[in-house]
Amino acid sequence: MSGSTVSKKKGPKRPAKAAAAVTAEQCRDWYHQLCLLRRFEEKAAEAYSLGKIGGFCHLYIGQEAVGVGVMAALREDDYIVTSYREHGLALARGVPARSIMAELYGKADGCSGGKGGSMHLFDVSRNFLGGHAIVGGQIPLGTGMAFAAKYRGTDQVSVSFFGEAAANIGSFHESLNMASLWKLPAVYVLENNGYGMGTAIARATANMDLFHRAYSYDMEAEAVDGQDVLAVRDAMERAVERARTKSEPTLLEMQTYRYVGHSMSDAAHGTYRTKDEVEEYRKRDPLVILAAFMKKQGMIDDDGLKAMDDEVKAEVQEALDYAEQSPDPAPEALYTDVYAEDG
Amino acid sequence: MVTMTYRDALNEALREEMQRDERVFLMGEEVGEYDGAYKVSRGLLKEFGPMRVVDTPIAELGFTGLGAGAAMVGLRPVIELMTWNFALLAIDQIVNSIAKLRYMSGGQVSVPMVIRGPNGAALQLAAQHSQAFEAWYAYIPGLKVVMPATPADAKGLLKSAIRDDDPVVFMEGEMLYNLKGEVPEGDITIPIGSADVKRAGSDVTIVCHSKTVAPALKAADRLAEEDISAEVVDLRTIRPMDTDTILTSVSKTNRCVVAEEGWPFCGVGAQVVDNIQRNIFDELDAPVIRVTGEDVPMPYNKRLEKAAKVDATKIVAAAKRVLYLE
Repeated sequence: MSGSTVSKKKGPKRPAKAAAAVTAEQCRDWYHQLCLLRRFEEKAAEAYSLGKIGGFCHLYIGQEAVGVGVMAALREDDYIVTSYREHGLALARGVPARSIMAELYGKADGCSGGKGGSMHLFDVSRNFLGGHAIVGGQIPLGTGMAFAAKYRGTDQVSVSFFGEAAANIGSFHESLNMASLWKLPAVYVLENNGYGMGTAIARATANMDLFHRAYSYDMEAEAVDGQDVLAVRDAMERAVERARTKSEPTLLEMQTYRYVGHSMSDAAHGTYRTKDEVEEYRKRDPLVILAAFMKKQGMIDDDGLKAMDDEVKAEVQEALDYAEQSPDPAPEALYTDVYAEDG
Repeated sequence: MVTMTYRDALNEALREEMQRDERVFLMGEEVGEYDGAYKVSRGLLKEFGPMRVVDTPIAELGFTGLGAGAAMVGLRPVIELMTWNFALLAIDQIVNSIAKLRYMSGGQVSVPMVIRGPNGAALQLAAQHSQAFEAWYAYIPGLKVVMPATPADAKGLLKSAIRDDDPVVFMEGEMLYNLKGEVPEGDITIPIGSADVKRAGSDVTIVCHSKTVAPALKAADRLAEEDISAEVVDLRTIRPMDTDTILTSVSKTNRCVVAEEGWPFCGVGAQVVDNIQRNIFDELDAPVIRVTGEDVPMPYNKRLEKAAKVDATKIVAAAKRVLYLE
């Protein structure tokens, strides 16, 4: 259940120790979250198709284990920044589904007051400090939050999520260098879903072992099975421990896959990848993997899994109803929040 | 009052604010061990230590963004850019993150930071090191742009910028650092968004800022020799612009010249002219004339460089044109 670990001195190896113990309660919670992320995105896609959600809308379907596993290893006072594919990450952090759906609808009750939309979800009360929509732009920000934790002498950890395409942009390299140079409590979660929009990683990246890039900066790194929530959680716990106790950064390459298009405006397959490829990856679905584990451990049966899924579907419907009924921001909201004095 | 250089005024402002508020830190290239590329941060590493005076790699995008992240969670970074020419490497963070985070988050996130360094040309540094960028940043809602021309303004405005809850682009000048002037003693701040009448007059208004203030004052001296009374209005802050002070002056003189170091196309002066014509068109006795840097990349050759820059002679000529004397 654990991802492979690579030491720069000894080369790839399996961790000596098996995965940390998990309880049935934890697994049920994670399965509930995986369902929530999946069903929320399916509902968002539906609403988008009906014209209820505008702009760009990047779904997280297929990658859910990364968000759920990473958040499981964090404390409430840790900091999180992400890219624009962040609905699932916000949900996994505990931002209420209704306030996320209302934001996708651009409504006043949205978590960013209707001013951010799909790509700019914020919830400061949960230290969820944004979806950021310029590739790689959030990585220096997350690094700065780690700097602030060290500056203040707290043991908070800052997590920056980004896609594998962002590993080719300058902000990634500048940030990792400074984080390692200054020993900042940062965890860099690289979600490698294989494609930067429609460009396969092999067409854009000379060395596809992305976690190796950490070694240029004398930083610890792991490649992790991003479809397995337990493997993700375990790797993240190691990284968080390193950050919290030793104030050292880590790069985690989460090997994952999105079943859907880059955004709602492109097809899941046909142009840059085949249907067969997508189907092949679906065999390693994060929900299926965790369900199989739980059943094997006798934590749950099929009826129990279905009951959880039904519960989530009701929760998502409630979020949608809430978004539908929420008002648009007041006209004067156009001019507020530009500067502090604007209120 | 104490006489000091513009450089030392900035240094005092930084020191006093760092003493006053432990959330304030200085980060940038050569700010620590080297004591500052232009010595603005002289002595600060010794006084405050390496956690608060941080030497960075040459990675403008990275450390400007890092400062923004620290500001998002409550610190008050002062990010020093060796010059604003190098800020082009950081401009994605300044425009896409720093300026917009408050708005995109529906008011949840503040980015109280100062990004500062010298702007515009010095002497014979050629095209890539001689650019005035204030119009670029003043264009962006969410940013404030502050450009002091004197030691007193430098100190008072930097203190205000550090205390401001919004991001402030703070532009200095290599050619200003050695400028001496009287600076009030004590904890004096100058409000952001307030222009200053540097010289009172009645015949023509010269609106200027930063490095065009000195040539504007020199031009006013020369005009006085010909019995022309020029009023010199120093904008001090480009955004928010103190339109009231400009309009009050031009309503009195009925004629106006706007001088700026930067290029003419879409420059700061265009905004000043727009404010004047929209609000007090009937007060004008002549079209407003702009004096700007020439519309070319800066040449290295000394004579060509001089020809490209704004100077008192060009301002005097423009003032005479709006007075229909030439």
